Parts: sequence; C-alpha cells; structure tokens
Amino acid sequence: MSADLVLDLTHRRGDFTLSVEVSRPAMGVTGIFGPSGAGKTTLLRLIAGFDRPDRGRIVFDGEDWTGLPPSRRPVGTVFQAPRLFPHLSVRGNLDYAVKRAAAGGPGFADVVEALDLAPLLDRRTHTLSGGEAQRVALGRALMTAPRLLLLDEPLAALDAERKAAILPYLGSALKRFAIPALYVSHSIDEMVRLADRIMVLRDGRVAAFGPAAAVIEGLDPAPGEGFEAGVIVEAAVADRPNAYGLSRLDLAGQALTVPGLDGVSEGAVVRLRIRARDVAIATQRPEGLSIRNVIEVRLLERRDRGVHADLLLDAGGPHLRARITRESADALSLVEGQTVFALIKTVSLEGLV
Amino acid sequence: MTGPILLTLALASVTTLILMALSLPLAWWLATTRSRIKPVIEAVTALPLILPPTVLGFYLLLLMAPASPLGGFWLEVTGTTLAFSFTGLVVASVIYSLPFAVQPLQAAFERVGPDMMEAAASLRARPLDAFLTVALPLSARGALTAAVLSFAHTVGEFGVILMVGGNIEGRTRTISIAVWEHVESLEYAQAHALSAGLLVFAFVTLFAVYALGRGRKLHVR
Repeated sequence: MSADLVLDLTHRRGDFTLSVEVSRPAMGVTGIFGPSGAGKTTLLRLIAGFDRPDRGRIVFDGEDWTGLPPSRRPVGTVFQAPRLFPHLSVRGNLDYAVKRAAAGGPGFADVVEALDLAPLLDRRTHTLSGGEAQRVALGRALMTAPRLLLLDEPLAALDAERKAAILPYLGSALKRFAIPALYVSHSIDEMVRLADRIMVLRDGRVAAFGPAAAVIEGLDPAPGEGFEAGVIVEAAVADRPNAYGLSRLDLAGQALTVPGLDGVSEGAVVRLRIRARDVAIATQRPEGLSIRNVIEVRLLERRDRGVHADLLLDAGGPHLRARITRESADALSLVEGQTVFALIKTVSLEGLV
Repeated sequence: MTGPILLTLALASVTTLILMALSLPLAWWLATTRSRIKPVIEAVTALPLILPPTVLGFYLLLLMAPASPLGGFWLEVTGTTLAFSFTGLVVASVIYSLPFAVQPLQAAFERVGPDMMEAAASLRARPLDAFLTVALPLSARGALTAAVLSFAHTVGEFGVILMVGGNIEGRTRTISIAVWEHVESLEYAQAHALSAGLLVFAFVTLFAVYALGRGRKLHVR
C-alpha cells in the first residue's frame, strides 16, 4: 500500500513554531525522532486533526484532509496512554471501532490473532497491565481500517520489560497489515527495531529524513539528544553457533562474532546496532586482546568536538562510527584516508531482516 | 391532602425532564468551551443559588404578567395567563433549579476530559455520536445526581411558587404551600403529616445522592 503524503504545515504556539514541508510516498514505518519539545506530537496531532495548523495543508493520496474533522480522517491513532473507554470491556472497545470502521480494513479476527487479544476480550479495561492495554489500543486503532497509522510514543509509559514484551507484537502487526505508519519516539532502540525510514525533527523543523540506517549513521552525536550515536548494519549469518554459543557473521567479507543466534539458519540476514562509544581504534591489528571483533576499516572522516573525536569508518561498504578522545586520536595521528582497525566491544542484535 | 402531593410530584417530574433536556447541552458547552463569555453564563446559571426566592419570583411574576411581552404573548397564543398557572410554575421551577442540574453535569463532563473525546474521534465517532456513546455513559452518575437534585429541589421550593403561582388549590398549591396554609389555619396535624413526609423524602434523596457518590469509580487510564 503506497500513497503520497504531502505535509506543508506551519503551526505556532507561544515561542514554538513547527514548520514542516515534506512530500513522500507513505509506506512502511516512518519513525519521527527528536528531542522532547521538537514538535513530534504536535505534528501527529495536526495530521490526526486534533489541532488545526495556522497555515498549510495535509494531502494524502490526492485527498485534501486539511479541513476535515478528526472523525472523518481515515487515520488510526495510538496515543501515549491507551485511552481505552473505561465503561466498556476490551471487546466493547474493539467493537466500538469495528462499528464505525471503513470497509476493507483488517478484520476483527485477524487483529485479535495478530496481537494475541483473545485472552483479554472479556476483561474490564482497568484490570489490564500497561502493555496489555496498549496492545488493545493498537488493535482498536487497526480495526478502524485506517489508511495511515499514527503512533505517538505508544511504549513510552511502559517499563523496559513490558516494552520488550510488546515490541514483537507491534513489529509483526505493522508488517502484517502493511498500513503506512508514522511512529513517534525518542527511543533509538524502537526506531531501529521498527522504522524503515526516519524523520528527525529538531526545534520544529525537519533536520533529516531518509532510510533508517543512513539517518542514524548521520545523526550528530550532540549532547542532550538522548541518543547514542552509532550505526545500523546488516550482516549474513555465516555458520551455526560454535561450542561457545557464538555465531560468525559475514560483514562485507570480514568476520564478526556474536552470541544469541541459536535457531537462526545460515544465510539469514540480521540487523545489528553498533554504538560509537563501543568501538575503539588501533593502527595495527592487535594481538593478545580479549576483544574478538576486529574489523579492518578506512577512516573516512574525523571530526573533533571538544574532548572527543568522532570517526566515520568504511568497512568495505557498511559504515561504522567510533567515538574516542581527541587525545587518543592525536596520539595515533589519525588522518582521513588512513587504514585502521576497529575494535568492537559490543554488538547488539536488533532482529532478523 | 393528596392533591398537593400529586401536584408537587407532577411539577417536579415535568421540571426535571425539561431541566435535563436543557442542561445536557448547556453543561457540555460550559465544560468544553474556551469562549470568553463562559464565566458570564456560569454566573447567570448560578444566580438562583444566592438570590432570595422572593426576588426571583418577583421578577418572574413581572415577566409573566399579561402586561409584559412574554405574558401577553402567552395569553394571546393559549388564552390563559402564565402567572398563577401550572405552566408558570414549571417555567419558574426550571429557572430556579437550573444550577442543581447544570453544576453536577458540568463537573462530570469536565472529568471526562478531552483525551477520551479525542480517542472517540480517532475511532470515527462524530461529535454527537461521541457525546452519546462516551461522554454521557462516563458521566452517568453526574447525570443521575443532577436529576435527583433537580427533582428534590423543585419539591422543596416555596418562595418562588408563592410569588408566581399564589395558592390556588389543584393548580398551584404544592406541598410546601399546603404546609404554610395549614399552619396559618392552625391545622397542625395536617401540617405535621406533610412536613414529616417531606423531611423523610429530603433525607432519603440526599442519602441516595451521597451513596451514589461513594459507589464504584470507573478507572480512566
């Protein structure tokens, strides 16, 4: 399902001005990322119709939504709090959406199955845990047969454990129903797991917009972003786990060893996240070192900022980022174009591609 | 003795029905508007709480007199005077009991909040649909309180009725007027019977309202 989403919006509230002008085919999951106060939620409220822009328009698939009230927009919204109706059961909440749904959306049974809602149907909403309530809220939004899903930090109110429990449901539901979605979050982990493309908002403006891996790699590791700079890379599984439980991956011809890939077949492609602070640099291939993941790379770019030096590295295709102290960078006399070795302390596995 | 009782019940029932029909939209508007005239409307609505019933009754009487535009219009259309009639009592009671219907409803609607209404709109519910299926059920207890208080307050009114309706048997002589009439005539036994009845009624009503207020709360998350 693909339709053009045109946003040309200016909205002022107090000192803050949101000014967004984008025109992109809406497909897959677009992450909207940025520090709090950047205008992420405001942007979603304008698209849903809860707030009216001071100026501009919203056009989806050739239909002008600008003047439509929220109830007439074919949009499904999941808010930060589940906002389930307390006077209705879980089933009642879902039926509320089904009764008013447009034709052609995912059916009741499909959504219940995808989100595993069957055991919850007869519960009262106040007996649900935060994660369960948010799953119901997502199901309810899907049952309105939306043509665009708006997810406003749906996991922000959950603790890490519940977040981890709901993420797989969210990911598979978004894939299964293939409804274009805008996903607001300030968690880079959620972005990496769910988003195909990322729009970075900063001070009410679009600071970056593009494929997820490229945007994350290009993100400025500026302080106060609530973000840990790094890269997303994809690598193929080269063999089965060895006696130590470690599997070898093929990263553009070089080997990377990671744990936790039991049951993943050879040839499968996994998505990895490598933080800049987890990468150290050596000018010669080191020996007698506990770190096993050493990748030969070319230094593409060195950017000094304050006490740190941020390095962009080319591993024969995939890029890596490293953050070391400027003192180390000078001591190793690192210059752009030089071949060095990236020592990777930690690789986090983000899922199968 | 049953005449005043039946008349009072009829007056309170009709008044409550009309008040609820008027107060639902008015209270919803007050709970959701950002208009600058909201405090003005709130103050006007609350006036009967502090005005002496005689003052309110006096102005209503002037308004309903055949010489006034409203009273004259009524006389022309129906052939009867509005003052000293059952209809006149209904009009007066609706105005006099308005805050008792509007205020509990407004408070209940304010507790529903914009979040639930946005959720309803996001599920394709038009405003009226969302009001009937979300705002009203979530305010059910406030609506019940409003209805009970409107009814009870109308049963208990005296000054406004005396001013607007006088004391006409079968037409405007309600329980409170009948008690006054009996006391004036030194018929204390009859006065006792009606007064005790009203006392028990008032207690039971208030007990019901407070018991409702203590009931199971809906969890809004």
